Amino acid sequence: MKRRRGSIAWWLVFLLGVLYFFLPLVATLDFSLKAKPPFAAYTSSLQDPKFLGSLLYSLVIAGVTITASLALIVPTAYWVQLRVPRARSLVEFVTLLPFVIPAVVLVFGLIRVYSRPPLPFTHTDIGSSALLVAGYIVLSLPYMYRAVDTGLRSIDIRSLTEAAQSMGAGWLTILWRVILPNLRVALLSGAFLTLAIVLGEFTIANFLARPAFGPYLNLLSQSKAYEPAAVSLISFGLTWLAMIAIAFLGRDTRTRIEIGGAH
Amino acid sequence: MGFLELSHVKKRFGAFVAVEDFELITERGEFVSLLGPSGCGKTTTLRMIAGFEYPDSGSIKVDGKEITNLPPNKRNVGMVFQAYALFPNMTVASNVGFGMRVKKQSKDAITKRVGELLEMIHMPEKADRYPYQLSGGQQQRVALARALAVEPQVLLLDEPLSALDAKIRVALRNEIRAIQRQLGITTVYVTHDQEEALSLSDRVVVMSDGRIEQIGSPSEIYNFPATSFVASFVGTLNLLAARVVDPSAGRLAVEGQEIRAAKPISGARSGEIVSVALRPESISLEEGPEGTNRLRGPVVDVSFLGSIVRLRIRLGDGPTVSLDTFNDPNLTLPPIGEAVTVSFPPEASLVLDQPAAAPGADVAAGD
Repeated sequence: MKRRRGSIAWWLVFLLGVLYFFLPLVATLDFSLKAKPPFAAYTSSLQDPKFLGSLLYSLVIAGVTITASLALIVPTAYWVQLRVPRARSLVEFVTLLPFVIPAVVLVFGLIRVYSRPPLPFTHTDIGSSALLVAGYIVLSLPYMYRAVDTGLRSIDIRSLTEAAQSMGAGWLTILWRVILPNLRVALLSGAFLTLAIVLGEFTIANFLARPAFGPYLNLLSQSKAYEPAAVSLISFGLTWLAMIAIAFLGRDTRTRIEIGGAH
Repeated sequence: MGFLELSHVKKRFGAFVAVEDFELITERGEFVSLLGPSGCGKTTTLRMIAGFEYPDSGSIKVDGKEITNLPPNKRNVGMVFQAYALFPNMTVASNVGFGMRVKKQSKDAITKRVGELLEMIHMPEKADRYPYQLSGGQQQRVALARALAVEPQVLLLDEPLSALDAKIRVALRNEIRAIQRQLGITTVYVTHDQEEALSLSDRVVVMSDGRIEQIGSPSEIYNFPATSFVASFVGTLNLLAARVVDPSAGRLAVEGQEIRAAKPISGARSGEIVSVALRPESISLEEGPEGTNRLRGPVVDVSFLGSIVRLRIRLGDGPTVSLDTFNDPNLTLPPIGEAVTVSFPPEASLVLDQPAAAPGADVAAGD
């Protein structure tokens, strides 16, 4: 009897959780369908060249940010864990700074430093986009570092590194052929979180006057009623697609390390 | 000039001295084990040969070439790790061929060599498996093949059998020795298991607190330990505190019972307390012929250990002496409490450098 009550309580909690997550989505969907005809908000959003343009721009920026973040964080986290493990708490503290420093402070700092000689980045589109990438690298730092660090901790990097070294491999070979392939799932998680941050970010892109998806969504909500709801659901769908892609790419279990029974 | 030479090698970690003045010369094709308890410096020594640690002073040479400060990837030294360290993202064949790919050898050469090595470790059918699909013993065999694939000048093995169960350990250690003999590769093997070291090695280096206690053949190490540490660490041993009666005649007294050593006790004076080491297997449960040493006391314990039976005899008020006898179903063992006389030849009583820490200590080496 007790077990049955426990089971009912568990299902109630689960149902509450489902409602908490899905009710807003259902409400948004309902609202977006109130436009006449029912899917008009979706068709007009998808036909708007600014929608596709801003989404494409944000995806490119996300790609560059992910690449640059990985190039910066993977060797750093690897080196810290391998050679200076005592510095890990310090590095972790540094990576948490974006939680303390608001994005608006960060972007004003970037504009102030890089809008005049000798580094007038904001004078050109590509320079401003580079600043945007730099800002996003900082914003994604806590998530990317933790994902990579967790991945590194799940494998015996010291033994793997030393085994590769004893067979003549240099640092680049070790990183490229031994460490990175074994971090695949962690890297995909970090990449996904970065993608989610970049797609939804508004402050930095807005102050740097970049045609990104966040400012577009904001602009849309100021001028139209149903379209922002439709675009929000589309971006939500894209996020889920990215998650499914990660689950699909990470399904390979080759990287499991098991010590089988002796025989 | 030896093939692998370590000369006055020292290594400190802060204030902790890991290795102190290590000297070793091994011949080409020799199998040398570094044996000692945890923290004795054996793994640090191995890691300095591999290049994962650099000595604070001293030099390391392989075939006359100084490698002391070379990075690990520039030394031609293969290493097998306790934790296997197989690359989880690669198949068995890719793992074995990794070093050859790094050295940019041709695809044909890699395929041929990998095939040969997989044959050698009796795993040709496992070429396409991933490490997680193998047992511990199989993983370690692959790790051995991988280390050998690059044809290293020296093979280093860091407690490679520690993570395996007892039966696999024995089978794999025989395989390692057979492969080492077949290839004639100079090998340094680190272990804290004295049985492993004694059964595998041409020579054993016993270490304690970063220092070499003794270097010798397994037989020398076991039968003629140079220090009380070696005597107590290698094999099971009775360490008895004995009073010197007549050093020139090798006469001693243990709990008032006189025994004789085979040789005069050099550097000791009458009345001085010294350590006498006695192996349990060299003591007989009989009075023995004239001229043998005899000790008498009550039986305090009888332990059945499979092929042997171990008895403990109390001498006087405190110390006990253990003796081993083969397990024979027809053997009549004395009951606990019965006084018996045991005997051993004078050659079996080894007088060591220092007095026993605890009189009558019965010391068994851990593994």
